[in-house]
Amino acid sequence: MSGVWVWIEQDNGNIAPISLEALGVGRRIAGELGTNLTAVVLGESVQGLADEAFTYGADAVLGMDDALFGPFRVEAYGRALAQLVAGREPDVLLLGNSSRGHDLAAWVAAQLDLGLAADGTDIAVRDGRVVVTRPVYAGKLLSDVYVTEGVQVVTLRSRAFAPASATGGSGEAEWVQPAVSEEQIGATVQGFESAGSVVSLTDARIIVSGGRGVGGPEGFAPIRGLAEVINAAVGASRAAVDAGWIPYEHQVGQTGKTVSPDLYIASGISGAIQHQAGMRTAKVIVAINSDPEAPIFKLANYGIVGDLFQILPALTEEFRKRLG
Amino acid sequence: MKIVVCVKQTPSTTAVFSVNGGKVSWDDPGGKPLVVNPWDEYAVEAAIQLQEEHGGDAIALSMGTEESLEALKTCLAMGCTEAILVNDGTFRDADTLGTARVLAAAIEKIGDVQIAFFGKQAIDGDTGNTPVQVAVKLGWTPLTYVSAIKEIDAGGGTITVERQVSGGKETVTAPLPVAISVVKEINEPRYPSFMGIRKANRATIPSWTAADIGLDAGASASRVDWSRVYPLPARDASVEMISGDSPQEIAKKLVDRLFEEKVL
Repeated sequence: MSGVWVWIEQDNGNIAPISLEALGVGRRIAGELGTNLTAVVLGESVQGLADEAFTYGADAVLGMDDALFGPFRVEAYGRALAQLVAGREPDVLLLGNSSRGHDLAAWVAAQLDLGLAADGTDIAVRDGRVVVTRPVYAGKLLSDVYVTEGVQVVTLRSRAFAPASATGGSGEAEWVQPAVSEEQIGATVQGFESAGSVVSLTDARIIVSGGRGVGGPEGFAPIRGLAEVINAAVGASRAAVDAGWIPYEHQVGQTGKTVSPDLYIASGISGAIQHQAGMRTAKVIVAINSDPEAPIFKLANYGIVGDLFQILPALTEEFRKRLG
Repeated sequence: MKIVVCVKQTPSTTAVFSVNGGKVSWDDPGGKPLVVNPWDEYAVEAAIQLQEEHGGDAIALSMGTEESLEALKTCLAMGCTEAILVNDGTFRDADTLGTARVLAAAIEKIGDVQIAFFGKQAIDGDTGNTPVQVAVKLGWTPLTYVSAIKEIDAGGGTITVERQVSGGKETVTAPLPVAISVVKEINEPRYPSFMGIRKANRATIPSWTAADIGLDAGASASRVDWSRVYPLPARDASVEMISGDSPQEIAKKLVDRLFEEKVL
């Protein structure tokens, strides 16, 4: 068996959104290469996940179901996936570049001495190789990257691709016994503290962000108000984080998170190049700033020059009316 | 306790890039074109803090050309006890895996290392693959995205850390040695001290070649081609400014446009 493989990451027992994107890309690449699409499912009690992979268009599902794969540990998942890849040599192994997919791709490439083209925001097939376009130098330049020989390990940036749609397919997964044992694994997961139900920045379809212009921690109140009504995640510029107005986990930009939402509302953010590096792939950008010369307006689709403390509440009210 | 921190010399965050015939060059309006990769500063601080607490060595290690000596001097000035450069013409086009092989071989040569620290990623290549790949090459446990070191049990030879993963924070214990990549929340990196800068300027930094660390010339050969680098296409957005007599009118106009575009 060869073909295109997609590693299926799970999110509470379902296929994670980033893996649906990977299945979508995998389908396209398999078509262009004239080969099959195989979903690889690793976990504990993951029959349902295998069925779901067929539903989303996989031609075949290859799985390992074992207590070893309870909580994600890269030492277990990495060895298991390397075992499958080494035995069957797919043409392409696709993974979403989530924190897990990122570590897993790096592990498999290192264990099997394979090339890795990471964090693609665009994927094309040229001369039978998968060419990954990815931002480098913190998103200031683009680079076309491909693996020159052997299995091509490729990771995809979250939200950069259309997810696969359900085809209603079904099939029988092939289950393989892992040649991995607990003794080979150093890490023991002691506990997990959930961040709660807040929308995560990298998964968010909409982000409302605040910068220096919000003036203080309380300035994030109208931002949160709007975010709540449109089910958005809250972002921030480095200036706001460094000032201590909002925790670092909200930072968007070169030394924060890189995001690609459908809609990014930048309020009181001037748009320094470091911030742009984190959000310039957003599909629609709205900028609200009191300074008409702010560089963010060069990047935005829609600009409003004004006081964010007046505009944001008005926007919140308008959305509330329209969205019911 | 012997600790290594791997650092990379990168362009500063304010660097402005240009591409000419596929060659990338940069200028920096701030006048500091090359710096210690900003993510690595947190790793350096973590290494120095552990060294201060547990004794032993905090050794800064960098693969690069002689330009990287500046980055290593910064690490010494911050408080690292030693610095080592691995520099060989054959390393020039290494991909992340080649880099991992080189760093792993250097760590083996240093010997008896308990923890290798890394920044989350470098701000030039931005892949962040090296920490896991070095761990694989050394046969160590990788602990990525570490936001706190909770406990080191030197007697039992284990470390417990908190990792930032999607959806929350995970507490993990692993036997030493480990390769750790850190995130920004782990600490606040110190500035180099005046005494530290003087000490760093006097220090001799050894430079190891591929042969010195027991690698063949082809060990860092790349399986990845990234020769095509080009500027970002301009966003095809020309901004549409929205104005009105009142915030309510502006809000209504914007929401109309967003609904027309079907972003909501």
